[in-house]
Amino acid sequence: MSTTHATGHIVDDETAGIPSFEASGGDWSQIAEEAARLGEERIVVNMGPQHPSTHGVLRLMLEIDGETVTEARAGIGYLHTGIEKNMEFRTWTQGVTFCTRMDYVAPLFQEAAYCLGVEKLLGITDDIPQRASDIRVLMMELNRITSHLVCIATGGNELGATTIMTVGFTAREEILKIFELVTGLRMNNAYIRPGGVAQDLPPGAVQQTRDALVQVRHYVRQLEDLMLANPILHLRTKGVGYLGLAGCMALGITGPMLRSAGLPYDARKTDPYCGYETYDFDVPTSQDADAWGRIVVRLEEIYQSMRIVEQALDRLEKNPGPVMVGDKKIAWPAQLAIGTDGMGNSLDHIREIMGTSMEALIHHFKLVTEGFRVPAGQVFQTVEHPRGELGVHLVSDGGTRPYRAHFRDPSFNNLQATSIICEGGQVADVVVAVASIDPVLGGVDR
Amino acid sequence: MSDDVTDEKKDDVGAPHAPVTAPKDATRDEQATTATTGDKADAAQAAKPGAGATSDAAAAQSATAAALEAGSQNVPADDTVAARTPLEVVDVRHGLFGVHGSGDTSGYGGLVTTVVLPGPSERPYGGWFDEVVDVLTELLDASGTGYANAVEHVVVDRGELTLHVHREHLVEVTRHLRDDHDLRFELSLGVSGVHYPHETGRELHAVYHVVSVTHGRRLRLEVAVPDEDPHVPSTVSVYPANDWHERETFDFFGIVFDGHPGLARIEMPDDWPGHPQRKDYPLGGIPVEYKGATIPPADQRRSYS
Repeated sequence: MSTTHATGHIVDDETAGIPSFEASGGDWSQIAEEAARLGEERIVVNMGPQHPSTHGVLRLMLEIDGETVTEARAGIGYLHTGIEKNMEFRTWTQGVTFCTRMDYVAPLFQEAAYCLGVEKLLGITDDIPQRASDIRVLMMELNRITSHLVCIATGGNELGATTIMTVGFTAREEILKIFELVTGLRMNNAYIRPGGVAQDLPPGAVQQTRDALVQVRHYVRQLEDLMLANPILHLRTKGVGYLGLAGCMALGITGPMLRSAGLPYDARKTDPYCGYETYDFDVPTSQDADAWGRIVVRLEEIYQSMRIVEQALDRLEKNPGPVMVGDKKIAWPAQLAIGTDGMGNSLDHIREIMGTSMEALIHHFKLVTEGFRVPAGQVFQTVEHPRGELGVHLVSDGGTRPYRAHFRDPSFNNLQATSIICEGGQVADVVVAVASIDPVLGGVDR
Repeated sequence: MSDDVTDEKKDDVGAPHAPVTAPKDATRDEQATTATTGDKADAAQAAKPGAGATSDAAAAQSATAAALEAGSQNVPADDTVAARTPLEVVDVRHGLFGVHGSGDTSGYGGLVTTVVLPGPSERPYGGWFDEVVDVLTELLDASGTGYANAVEHVVVDRGELTLHVHREHLVEVTRHLRDDHDLRFELSLGVSGVHYPHETGRELHAVYHVVSVTHGRRLRLEVAVPDEDPHVPSTVSVYPANDWHERETFDFFGIVFDGHPGLARIEMPDDWPGHPQRKDYPLGGIPVEYKGATIPPADQRRSYS
């Protein structure tokens, strides 16, 4: 390529006297040569928002002195879709369809947090059927495994280790098949609903999940064999992206990042929901507080999630029970059913409301179009998201729609650490450090 | 959820749930009747959890139930008129179907619904709530600020503690909450904004969520400011985590956090006009045509008030 990649500095009123360069594309050595020719060591590189290793539309502004990053700033907002505002114009039940699209790698956690919040506002937390809670736990933990696998897989891919990526995504595929079987969709499931879940597990789902776990365990073992003793991975991740406990607490960092700094803080243990206090699992920690420690913590969490999944499966086998709250003024009128053209409305239910019961038709119409009313007030509900603590602040004005729904997304908060974990390191380490935060921009920008 | 699971959970979380159980059940019973009797019970429902958070909740509940129904008032349990506190009326709605200006054929057009958020709670708040408020009172009184000057009122609702704080003393309150060894709310889970356009003089609320990892507690701080003067002191000096959260709240609500190190928009473009999450900011959207039919955008469809 013969184009000039570094250009002379722009002079305007604000930057007068401060030399700067704009660099884009091309080979790094050419850019560096060009900069050297122009006689300036310090350059600002704009990485993203369209860059393959920024986990989506994240923009990093890096000030570089040679190969050292002297300042790093994260710019977000490129994926802001106004989900929170939109939720104010839909019923409480429809809100699930929106919030599931926030962090699209872990959709079931937004659904669960939101529904738990709505249930707390309604005061029906204790009325949720046991089976519904067990299914929620099952789905969330499976989702946690997929999310951690995506983190490890894409993180490996960004280091150039394509095998980590292919193995990780192959393992995730096994679980996505279960999601498709149970919810009809691989992601953006809208499966957990206020009052319970959209439908019961289909026949054979428990056995298929058990079979999938065997496969996933096999793939995770492969990942461990590939990664844990790999000298290149050690060199690339150890001591990179360091953020100690004090820094984590000050910046409100939660999840694997906080646990990699040694604090076993996990909302499933401190503020149990969905019956997590009755499950037997450990909260893995590490003392490394770097990118390596976070990989190890995530791998360990995958095993802990499998433990929980196995316990949930045992319970689901024993307890047939309903999966939606008994109150017909809240519960969705019918469960979905499998028809000749796939999953959809239950034909039995349609036959009943259209053919035999006018009252059931009115009830269905009112509940589906108008929705249920939620007593005025506000709640804050948190769940342990794969990336940290996901908080939902819900305000109701007694109407059929959320007055305000705010999601405290863990990636949004954790991205604040970009500066502190990148500055002083090498340019190539920025990719590793950002990957160790595991941000998902859908959740960051909402 | 089976019985033994529920019991275990309650033991785990501790006492704060106990006083709330009674009003919560009452609210649920009414929820079932709401659909048939219309909306007038809503305000009463809303007022109940706050009023019912007393230790003799069951007795107080039945005594004040009639008063609640009749006046939509948040009557304190001790029946003294002087102790009444002004209600936090956030909206007054008319009719049932959100359609105005057309002939009323539904019969519900005359319905007036007052939307009231849960009002101030009376002591005892239950569980560790009292302890936290006591310690905070002690610290604020000792520093010369005075508890009554800093904290407007305390709301206990649905097992959650909310301290409504005057903005002048917000930073001091957060500092006490973070630093005192009996409080130790060392982790901030961010800031959220809410816009109540009908609450004159208190239109914009900034809501802070803090967690005590040490004691396993969480509480909420709420600051209300008028639309004309939307200034709240920044808490970034106490909780650096609130940096981006305050920027987000500024971006979406226009609440100006004084003393913030770099209060710029974070989600919207820098030159964006207006603050999108405010209630007077339109949702936007265009009608969608499908097979000859036109579907209006979400904010222009039929709604239920």
